[in-house]
Parts: sequence; C-alpha cells; structure tokens
Amino acid sequence: MQRKGAEILRDVLIDAGVDTIFGYPGGAVIPVFDVLVESSIRMVLPRHEQGAAHMADGYARATGKIGVCLSTSGPGATNLVTGIATAAFDSVPMLALTGQVKTPLIGNDAFQEADTTGITRPITKHNYLVKDVRDLARTLKEAIHIATSGRPGPVLVDLPLDVSTSSWDGEISGEVSIPGYRPNTVGHVRQIKAAADAINSSERPVIYAGGGVIIADAHQELAELAEKGNIPVTLTLLGLGALPGDSPRFLGMLGMHGTATANYCIQESDLIIAIGARFDDRITGRIDAFAPHAKIVHIDIDPTSISKNIRVHIPVVGDAKSILREVNKLLKPVERKGWFERISMWRAKHPMTFKENTLKPQYVVQEICRASREDTIIATEVGQNQMWAAQYYCFRRPRTILSSGGLGTMGYGFPAAIGAQFGCPGRLVWDIAGDGSFQMNIQELATAVGYNQPVKVAILNNGFLGMVRQWQELFFNKRYACTDLMANNPDFVKVAEAYGAHGMRVTERDQVRDAVEEAVKTEGPVVIDFRIDREENVFPMVPAGEAIDRMIGGMA
Amino acid sequence: MDDKRHLISVIVQNKAGVLARVAGLFSSRGFNIDSLAVGETEDPELSRVTMVTRGDEAVIEQIRKQLNRLIDVLRVHEFRSGEDYVERDLLLLRVNAPPGKRGEIMQVADIFRGKIVDVGVRHLMIELSGPESKINAMIDLMRPYGIKEMVRSGRIALARGNKSV
Repeated sequence: MQRKGAEILRDVLIDAGVDTIFGYPGGAVIPVFDVLVESSIRMVLPRHEQGAAHMADGYARATGKIGVCLSTSGPGATNLVTGIATAAFDSVPMLALTGQVKTPLIGNDAFQEADTTGITRPITKHNYLVKDVRDLARTLKEAIHIATSGRPGPVLVDLPLDVSTSSWDGEISGEVSIPGYRPNTVGHVRQIKAAADAINSSERPVIYAGGGVIIADAHQELAELAEKGNIPVTLTLLGLGALPGDSPRFLGMLGMHGTATANYCIQESDLIIAIGARFDDRITGRIDAFAPHAKIVHIDIDPTSISKNIRVHIPVVGDAKSILREVNKLLKPVERKGWFERISMWRAKHPMTFKENTLKPQYVVQEICRASREDTIIATEVGQNQMWAAQYYCFRRPRTILSSGGLGTMGYGFPAAIGAQFGCPGRLVWDIAGDGSFQMNIQELATAVGYNQPVKVAILNNGFLGMVRQWQELFFNKRYACTDLMANNPDFVKVAEAYGAHGMRVTERDQVRDAVEEAVKTEGPVVIDFRIDREENVFPMVPAGEAIDRMIGGMA
Repeated sequence: MDDKRHLISVIVQNKAGVLARVAGLFSSRGFNIDSLAVGETEDPELSRVTMVTRGDEAVIEQIRKQLNRLIDVLRVHEFRSGEDYVERDLLLLRVNAPPGKRGEIMQVADIFRGKIVDVGVRHLMIELSGPESKINAMIDLMRPYGIKEMVRSGRIALARGNKSV
C-alpha cells in the first residue's frame, strides 16, 4: 500500500496506542497535521510549544503511557527544548516530533531551519533525523521502543517536509531490533542475595526510594519490603506516592526541604536501600558528610546512576519491580525496636509545623488535600509552591504528583496538569502554583478552557519569586534583587475570566476551605488567587553545601 | 586529580551523528580528548572509535557507562596496562633536506623504519608508524634539520591474540 510519510506516522502512532498528540502547527508540518486531524488521534492545540511538551510530559507521568508532542521546525523545535530537557531529567517517556525543512535545504540556513537533532542531542535519550521515507516507520517504532523501555526518556524524531509528503509502499509491521540497546532488566542473583543479607543483618536500615519505583510500577513491592523487612521509608520529591503518605513507616520526604526525621534517619542509619533514586545534590547535601555510618544498597535500572555521586557498596542493576520481588522473598523478620523508638522520638520532637496567624500557603495545601481523593493529581510549579505541596499534601498513590524535580522548570505545572487531565478524564487535577511560575505558561488557560479541561489552579501568590527571595533573605542580607513581582502582577481573577475560566480571590484564612470546595465543584477550569503571607519560608531547610542534618528553621 | 592516561576503544554504528554523541559525552564534562581515530571495522556497518583521554578512575568509569548507554554504541573497551595489545600512531613529516643533508636524514628515517614517501629538491617527506615514544623520538631528531610541516594521526589499538573487543 502506498502511504505518504505523514500517513506512515499516523499509522505507527495509532498502532502504538497513541490517542492524543499535543501539537502546534507551522510551515514544515502542515501535511502532518492535515493527516492527523482526520485520524482517530485527538489533536490538542496548546498556545506555545513549551506547553505542548509539558502537556505530553504530564500526560505520560499521570498515565504511564508515552506522551507525544509535535512542533514545526526552527522556533517550534527550540520552544520544545525546555520541555524535552524536563522530561529527560525525570525519566519521562516522550516522543517529540519536529518538522524540518526539506532535505535538500538542510544546512543551508533555510527559513525556520534549526539543527534540531544537534540541539537536542544532550537532552534526549536518543534522537533521529529521518532523511528517507523508507526509514520512517522503522525509526518511529525504534523511537517509541527506546522512549518507553529501560530507564524511559524523551526521543526526538526530526521529520523533513519532503519526507512527510513522499510515498512508500513498504510494510510498517515487524519487530524492532536495536543491536546497541539492551537495557538490563534482571537483577544479578548474587547481588540480590547480598542486598537481602545486608538488610537482614542491619540494625538501623532506611529505604530511600525515588521516581524509579513509580516508573517500574513497583510500589506494591516497595510496601512489602517496608512491611516484611520492618524498614522505615523516605521518598524523594518524584517518589512521593510510591508509599502512601499516611503509612506508619513513612518518614516524609528527605533532603534540602525534607523532614527532620527523614534526614536524621539517613544520617544515623547503618544501611540505606536506595531504589530508583540517584543521590541528587538536593538529597545528599554535603557529600562527604552524607550518611557516614551507612552501607549502601542501590537498585537502579541505569548503571550510570550507580556510584555517580555516592560510592555504592551493593549495586543491583535492573528493574526495581522484579528485583524487589526477589529481595522480599529473602527477608527475615527483624524487630529493630530501638531504631523505631528513636524515629518516634524525632517525629515527636520535630513535627512539620507552621504558624497559623495569617493566610499561610501550607494551610492552603492542607485544605486542597482535605478536599481531594486518593486519585487526585497534583501538579506543581517550581520553587516554594513545589516544596509546600510536597511537604503538606498527603500523596497516597503513585502517579499523583507531577513536578519538575531534576531540571526544576518553572512553568511546568500548569501545562502538565492539563496534559494529565487529558489522560485521566474525570479525575480531579490541581496545579499548585506560584505567581511567578504560573505566568510562565499562563497562555495555556486558552487550552484548558478551549478543550474544557477542568484543571484547578491554586496560585500561592506572594508577589515574589519566593524561593529565590527566601535565599536572599537568609543568605544575601535581604537584598531582594529582581524577585518582587507584586507591582506588576496582573489581576489573576480577571485574567482567568478573560480566558473564560472561573476566577476567585482568597485573602483570609477562613475563606480557604469554601474556595477550595467551590473550585472542586465547578465544572470547568478554575484559578484561585490565594494572597498568602508574602515572606513565609519553606522550612526546614538544609543550606546548600551543608550536611543534611544541619537544618535551619521550623525546628521547634 | 590523578591525571592517568586512558586508551578507550568503542565500537559504534557507522551512522551520521554518532561521533558527535561520543565526543559530546567528553565535552559536556569539560574533558579533552587527547587523540581520536575513527575508521570502518571488518563489518562496514560498524566503526571503531579509539580515544585517548585523561582523568581519574571514577570519571573514566562514568564515561564508560555513559558511552555504553548511547544507543549507537555497541561495545566499549578500555585497554589497560598489563593487557596484551598493539597501539600505533601514524606520522607524516616534511623536513628540510638540502642536498648535503639528505643522506643523514634518510639514515635516521631508516633506523626508525620510516619510509620516504616524497622527495623534492630541498625537502623529504617521511612516513612513520609506531608507538608514541618512537614517533616522538624521531620528531626530536628531525627538529634540527627544520620540520616544515607534520601531521599525526589519532592513536589506534588492537588486542593481540584471539581476544577481540
């Protein structure tokens, strides 16, 4: 059957189960849109390509399926870059499709030309420039396979205009075979045994689990490890929800804004069982003072994560789910009474608290949590809003937090929430935002309203780039250089209304509950402008470069 | 930092952009590649990239893992001291050779088993292959005559015996 490149693209995507594409058209992809819009795939038009990439990312994180975004060549492709880098850092399966100028023009500085594969090489798991329509089907299938297997990540396929329009009569079925790509999924038996032995003989173990547990769908195995092994658990930002936040063995998040209990636990432990986490600097603080007494077991599918920042004693490379299953079989019951008593003492001594005298962001998050269900999805922006959401929302299921953990992309949360809502119709989706971050992709209100995606945005509005202001307050003598947004912030209620969304403003503590409930009941998208205490800080906090038990603030 | 020299051999798919991916791993970490040689292998679909770089053990370990993670990379091998392998550079060198000096220069080239590959009225071109130390020694001996131009290839290396990368 003769098929044009754009039709091959359509057929491969449908065959792979793709039901939604977030795409912004332009000269080099008009033929692609022309075919896709007639297909069974739902086309979602964002208002900026960055929005498209974050929507695909949010869709993927919330559903576990591959997220697909599409842009034109040149500026369309470069506008995807932040979204692709965000997905790469957090191991999100994404297919980024970009138009490209016709093959004879490549390299000639043609209109809207950019070296897209060159630009995205360091921020993709892999990328392709398709120069011949005969390679298109195979390339797309490889791209999808690579993006979704092993440690997932974004794969970009650059499609020159003449490849989309020329025809091919080959078969698109057939297995994918990539000789240089064989992700190691099965853990080494001897390493699994060594890990289990270390756990069984440990007196003060702690599990430190990250987003990899959620990606591997290993949350049940994690719960079993914690329960059967009788081990406390701390989670990274991206790991939240891997163990329900109300589990008795859950210590809270660890690291720079982690709980005192989690950080003390790490520092006093004799064994850390790291699973699907990568010892990021926001977790470890000062490396040479990190967990000085601990032996480290590290379970991860990516060998490059092992011993990258912290020397690991027992590495187990492979899929967390199957490895944990094997480890769990070898566990022996151990009481560890003293260890849990010590943890209870820390919990009692250092609870997460804040002063309730004014409208506090932590209280807003607690109220959002109160009005949520287990399957409610919370996207965050980046900065204080992100940390308050992580600290005060109780994540009870995997895939309910969408947050840019690695790259720390402001403007991520709102489009990610919209993407998640497309993937999870009927579920409640919030974006916990700041006034700075929200303005980075505020134009996507048009997308939420246009497709009637009932995302709720809670702007924790302090009129500051709050996290930077916090650092300026604590470490730069309160010189608030370029962080005060108040004077020129728009009226967010009017902005919401101008786009056709419902807008609300909350200035008092006692209005919060009603406003949240009204938002949840409202059918369409809602924006609530919470005028929070302007100089509230995120505590506890480990100053950059300090050991993680050297926390400041909130240490009542 | 322990500035040890590392000789790394990488088998890659013979495709556009692969060298940029491999080189990118080094440049993004601020490491220099001292020497680089790329060529087809016995299988025309595969190329062998041979690199010399410097860095401490942890850095090289990370680079090896990152190289392995590249989709277009099939195998990574580091040649280590004590391992039985052959390594070679290639040198082409054009040296001033006035009629009175020509005999001397040809003798020196001969001692190194170099070949004269071009003869002019006032110059000679010598081709020499061998390990780095031998190449350096010959260059030193040629300097007094006046080296007009020279080029060295990147290092290549292959294991002896039946072992293959």
